[in-house]
Amino acid sequence: MDRRNFLQVAGGAGVLAASPAWGQGAQSGADFGNLLVLVELKGANDGLNMVVPFADATYYSLRPRLALKREEVAQLSERAGFHPALAPLSPLWKSGQFAIIEGVGYPSPNLSHFRSIEIWDTASDANQYLHDGWLARAFAANPVPRGFLADGVVVGSNDMGPIENSPRSVALVNTDQFLRQAKFAERGGFAKNPALNHILQVENNIVEAAAGLNGHFDFKTQFPPGPFGNQVRTAAQVAANKSGVAALRLSLGGFDTHQNQQGTHANLMKTLAEGLVAMQSALQEIGRWNNTLVMTYSEFGRRPRENQSGGTDHGTAAPQFVMGGRVKGGFYGQAPQLARLDGNGNLPYAVDFRDLYATVLQRWWGMSSKDVLGTRFAGLDLVRT
Amino acid sequence: MRSLKLFAGAWLGLFCLILQGVAHAALLGAEDARHLLTRTGFAPSEAEVRQYTGLSREQAVERLLRGMRTEAQTPPPAWVKEEFERPRVKEMSQDERKAYQRLLAERGFDLRDWWMSEMLTTSSPLTEHMTLFWHNHFVSSLQKVRVPQAMYRQNVLLRHYALGNFAEMLHAVAKDPAMMIYLDSQTNRKGAPNENFAREVMELFTMGEGHYSEQDIKEAARAYTGWSLEPRTVDFKWRPFFHDDGVKTVLGKSGNFDGDAVLDILLAQPATAEFVVKKMWMEFVSADTDNPANRAEIRRIAAQFRNSRYEIKVALAGILNSPRFWAPENRAVLVKSPVELVVGTVRELGVGYGDPLPFVYATASLGQNLLAPPNVRGWPGGDVWINSTTLLGRKQFIERLMRVDVMREPAGAMQPVASEGGMESMKSNESGKIQGAGRMGQEGRQRLMRAAAGIQFDSHKYLAQFSRPEQLTAALLPGRPANPLADDLAGPALLKTLMLDPMYQLK
Repeated sequence: MDRRNFLQVAGGAGVLAASPAWGQGAQSGADFGNLLVLVELKGANDGLNMVVPFADATYYSLRPRLALKREEVAQLSERAGFHPALAPLSPLWKSGQFAIIEGVGYPSPNLSHFRSIEIWDTASDANQYLHDGWLARAFAANPVPRGFLADGVVVGSNDMGPIENSPRSVALVNTDQFLRQAKFAERGGFAKNPALNHILQVENNIVEAAAGLNGHFDFKTQFPPGPFGNQVRTAAQVAANKSGVAALRLSLGGFDTHQNQQGTHANLMKTLAEGLVAMQSALQEIGRWNNTLVMTYSEFGRRPRENQSGGTDHGTAAPQFVMGGRVKGGFYGQAPQLARLDGNGNLPYAVDFRDLYATVLQRWWGMSSKDVLGTRFAGLDLVRT
Repeated sequence: MRSLKLFAGAWLGLFCLILQGVAHAALLGAEDARHLLTRTGFAPSEAEVRQYTGLSREQAVERLLRGMRTEAQTPPPAWVKEEFERPRVKEMSQDERKAYQRLLAERGFDLRDWWMSEMLTTSSPLTEHMTLFWHNHFVSSLQKVRVPQAMYRQNVLLRHYALGNFAEMLHAVAKDPAMMIYLDSQTNRKGAPNENFAREVMELFTMGEGHYSEQDIKEAARAYTGWSLEPRTVDFKWRPFFHDDGVKTVLGKSGNFDGDAVLDILLAQPATAEFVVKKMWMEFVSADTDNPANRAEIRRIAAQFRNSRYEIKVALAGILNSPRFWAPENRAVLVKSPVELVVGTVRELGVGYGDPLPFVYATASLGQNLLAPPNVRGWPGGDVWINSTTLLGRKQFIERLMRVDVMREPAGAMQPVASEGGMESMKSNESGKIQGAGRMGQEGRQRLMRAAAGIQFDSHKYLAQFSRPEQLTAALLPGRPANPLADDLAGPALLKTLMLDPMYQLK
């Protein structure tokens, strides 16, 4: 163990010891000392231009205008490379704490943004309609310690996604602003009127979260400018807080690149990479890198064949990223099978997204995933215990 | 025994019929008038309430629909008449590009300002409510369109058809330049068609998800090829050379269809009327469309809508005349949108202002940035409007408004605390992102602060309309306050307490 790593672990242990809430986490059966950070790529990210199959000639024939050249990509293996704008992530990849899960999707994929993200958020089958977010179900089956400021915190976005209908969750943009405004909330009771009851519940959650949010950590980490950088900053601030939280969700929008994709997608990749690098740095600074799992998700990938508008239409399977101090880096899943496209010209999936969720539930939090996901998903062996 | 039950049942049925008859004949009280006006427009002033009190339900609905405007009263910004010329951004210098960005941002605010003014002052609130409803149905966003003239034209189009004919509106919107930019129709060519519009028109504008296959989308996308825009003026242009004139099969029908022919196929599907009426039901009556009584009404009204060949007035009258619209269990069950909250509050309380820009910012920071819905589905609405961020923002807006009460000493609390929640917030959050706010520069920020300083509220004048506290409560809240009121509360303190009550967020 080098000195840097030692300090990291020691720092982490120090924070852990100082935090009674995390101790309680262990008692409830699930280990909520381990934090989950989800990063949603809204609008369907083009996976093929994120992790580029530069050795596959089919890729170049399907995308005469959009394909990234072999010499442009940041090479990860003999067959795949990062989009050039993801180069800031290369050190993380080399450190072995960055996993790329290829071919993530689900059977009978739905190509509507809104239906597909609902499938991901509720962890349902394609033909099944569920009401609650998958994290909300996880927290219902395995209560998060009362000492936590909230079960889940959604940062910088108005939809609660996977935390939908979790009784103890909040959305916030900025912790300082949240604390200043929280005085307007009052603890309320229950109402039969569902809309009113929703508001009362939000008020209660604000009161609780505000009571748990204390202190302000002075980060040395430089957070990138812009809304996503601000989300990372806020997420780091929440993660640094003494009373814990089980999950955070950030989102980066603008991935629906039906036309003129090149520049837009490059900017998004840059924003994502810089944000993830800042996230890692901030988590290391507070000693939480080793007990945080960061995972991306998106409703689906994009069509391998580019369209006439210099863009790509709705697709299916795509790669997702998982990073963290205890992540076993490398490739998982299956490289894109460009020769085996379905009748709509889309990729077959190799890893069910619920296997990623099962990884979080079982291997990260130590709870049964069957209770939450309905069926058994094995999960992936990508976390060091 | 059995016959006795039947006998009793018959009596009960008759009794219910009589009750229903009584309810139908019932004349609107002030609360009923408020319910109708708030749900269909914005929270009314006491004067508006008086105009509808004492009418029968049918009379009230008839009066409401009769008075509809189809054009805005507020004059638009002068530049909307200028012919648009697409700038050659690639040839611009860094400075020229920045100046152009600033111009676009300014014009975006001009447009929102204009629409906000219209909503705040219109004599036909239903027109603006419906225009906003269609803006959230036939979604386009200035953030992608980037042609302010085209967004203005689309807004005019939506207002023109707001209570007109849905089928005509669908055909017009499909060829509307802003829509064609937003859903990429302008670049859709034969060979490898762009499926964006073909998909969303089925999923979100007509039938709804689950009524078509991926193959239908692909085939329909071919039919829309050839619809295009003049590159410089962005006017609609038909380009036969790019049109795929082969045979397409969409929803079981085959032919050498063009875009209009496919739209007609979509309009011929019963799912379309039901989809649109269901959405209107959720806007005007209740989010609970699984409730059997609501479901039956939606089906009944959808059939009328379809039989009328999509006259929107038929659908709306059907909804507003439904006993379900007036039923006690459907009162106070909908969350006010940010626009309804802000515009309704200003109209109901008679808040004074010069430049409405702060209200534009307020709605945006609460999650509803006009002309820039978050994605093609629009604002999801309902309970989703309220989370911890937006609820606190809403309360802060109200609290700030109470601080500009001229009756309060010392006044001037509206001083630009800038940058947070409510009134003059410039902070952006994901969904309430205020595109270009940063680009407004010093000048824009000063304008916003001046405008915020010009907001005035006279609680004395407002409160003088009510002789008893219960009247004030009934005027402000659609139901009993969620938090108990202290007995000695009165005047401005009572007003503020009521407005900060969770019930104030509902309609």
